[in-house]
Amino acid sequence: MILEGSAVVIREDNVDTDVLYPGAYLNLADPEQMKPYLFEGLDPTLRDQLRGETILVVGENFGTGSSREHVPHAMLAWGVRCVLGKSFARIFFRNCINLGLPAIVCPDAVAAAEPGAVIRIDTDAGAVTVGAAPFRAAPLPPFMRDMLASGGLVDWARRRLAQAG
Amino acid sequence: MPHTLAEKILLAHSDVADLAPGDLVTVRCDLVMANDVSGPIAFRMMEKMGATKVFDPAKIVMFADHFAPAKDARSADLQRQLKAWSEAHGVTHYGQGRGGIEHTVLVEDGWVVPGMVIAGGDSHACTYGALGAFGSGLGSTDIAACLVFGSFWQMVPATIQVEFTGSKRPFVTGKDLILAVIAELGVGGGTGAVLEFVGPAVPALSIDERLAVANMAVEAGAEAGFFPADEVTAAYLAGRTDRSWQAARSDPGASFARRVRIDLDAVPPLIALPHSPGNVVPVTEAAGQPIDQVYIGNCANGTITDLRQAAAILAGRQVHPRVRAIIVPASQKVYRQALAEGLLDQFVAAGAVVSTPTCGACFGGHMGVLAAGERAVTTTNRNFKGRMGSPGAEVYLANAYVAAAAAVAGEIVEPSAVAEGVPA
Repeated sequence: MILEGSAVVIREDNVDTDVLYPGAYLNLADPEQMKPYLFEGLDPTLRDQLRGETILVVGENFGTGSSREHVPHAMLAWGVRCVLGKSFARIFFRNCINLGLPAIVCPDAVAAAEPGAVIRIDTDAGAVTVGAAPFRAAPLPPFMRDMLASGGLVDWARRRLAQAG
Repeated sequence: MPHTLAEKILLAHSDVADLAPGDLVTVRCDLVMANDVSGPIAFRMMEKMGATKVFDPAKIVMFADHFAPAKDARSADLQRQLKAWSEAHGVTHYGQGRGGIEHTVLVEDGWVVPGMVIAGGDSHACTYGALGAFGSGLGSTDIAACLVFGSFWQMVPATIQVEFTGSKRPFVTGKDLILAVIAELGVGGGTGAVLEFVGPAVPALSIDERLAVANMAVEAGAEAGFFPADEVTAAYLAGRTDRSWQAARSDPGASFARRVRIDLDAVPPLIALPHSPGNVVPVTEAAGQPIDQVYIGNCANGTITDLRQAAAILAGRQVHPRVRAIIVPASQKVYRQALAEGLLDQFVAAGAVVSTPTCGACFGGHMGVLAAGERAVTTTNRNFKGRMGSPGAEVYLANAYVAAAAAVAGEIVEPSAVAEGVPA
């Protein structure tokens, strides 16, 4: 899968789910309704940068905390194509992959990315370019690549159910 | 090949001949749980999957606890969906007045035994590790797949062994043990690993204290955290469950990613400063900070043990005029036990309010959220910026003695400063 977009950068490490999507809005179940609250506790003006195809560039242990799937749902609703990070918290990473949102670990590319930089990611090859500068990312295991290629766990489950008849 | 306990549990729940950390496996669940926040989204995803049936209704439990009692019409609708779905699929549904906070109730009602794998639609599913079960916190789409197939994908984690030695000092509880662990590992230090809690100090830890410890394994970034079952576990489960189970431990020669030792003789009452559970210092270092609210409750520290500790401080004393004190028993059973022991009357007499069991203000939902500029001491598990309301509020995490003492003093104090003659 090849993804391209403009960088929106969150430099801090250990950015938690609660600043990404505050608990008060967990009583919403529709991604379109979740959109206005993404980044609410961190920096609401970040939403203004989410125009067109976006690669979200993040620090270490991004998404630490809650299992709330509202965070990647809202990111997808805003047009985020990929999250490129130094490292990810476990459940946030799972949620991204399950929803078909690639979460790619490449600390060097993160360090090189300035806001607005054009980033290109080949998830199969583990290749990341920031502007013209090339970087190597840890490739995802085949199971995750397959799931991402088909759009996530929902489609994977549909196919499995169809095969079972 | 020798295995850690986590590897043994996952091996027993998968179809592979052997496994090692880093392997990707499909893990069967013995139980799937979701709540009024994670459940309705999981039901939508299940529909999108084209699935109409669950894998096994007897292995699914739903809880209305996050926004219960409903804080507004939207929350009420989520709870309506949860109940309707549970009835349609014939699964157990704990509604308002029937259970309480999901993790506490699953443990106290005998749903959880050692060696089980439990998929929980909530990050604090690691709490089941108090009984030696592998509790995996998952998002709603993962839960949807678990509801349909009874399994989830999992990278086999490494194991970090945490050894507790020595004995607890006065006014030190399970909360302080896990805060000490998080301080040692860091909030990302457990990523890709499970925490295994062992050592000579463990037999003296009650299940309530083990719940507090296992609950915050996720705050170190860990996949799960557990105490291998022992005689304390067996005594707790006797008469509570008819599920069969066997005690198991890591094999001699099993490979650990890291070993950490926490000497309890050197652990004073601790407190996590804003805005990270890893920001841990002795309570004495935060002493003197004036506070606006105390919140004693949640899935980490809302047990009868915590309420008894709070009552030991609050009985016969008054909550400081500046402070709002909120006590939240974690379950209906804890609530009734506290009622029978006279604790609730002591809380109310002291000027505290007692809430029905709920996740409530712990996650900023309702029932006591904070305003900008306010500071709270809580027995909850997260003090992220904005966690309990305004991003301009501050949350300090501590045990129930420390929280109750702060309620009386109106500022952060060592419990011993408030509680002369209180048996710790």
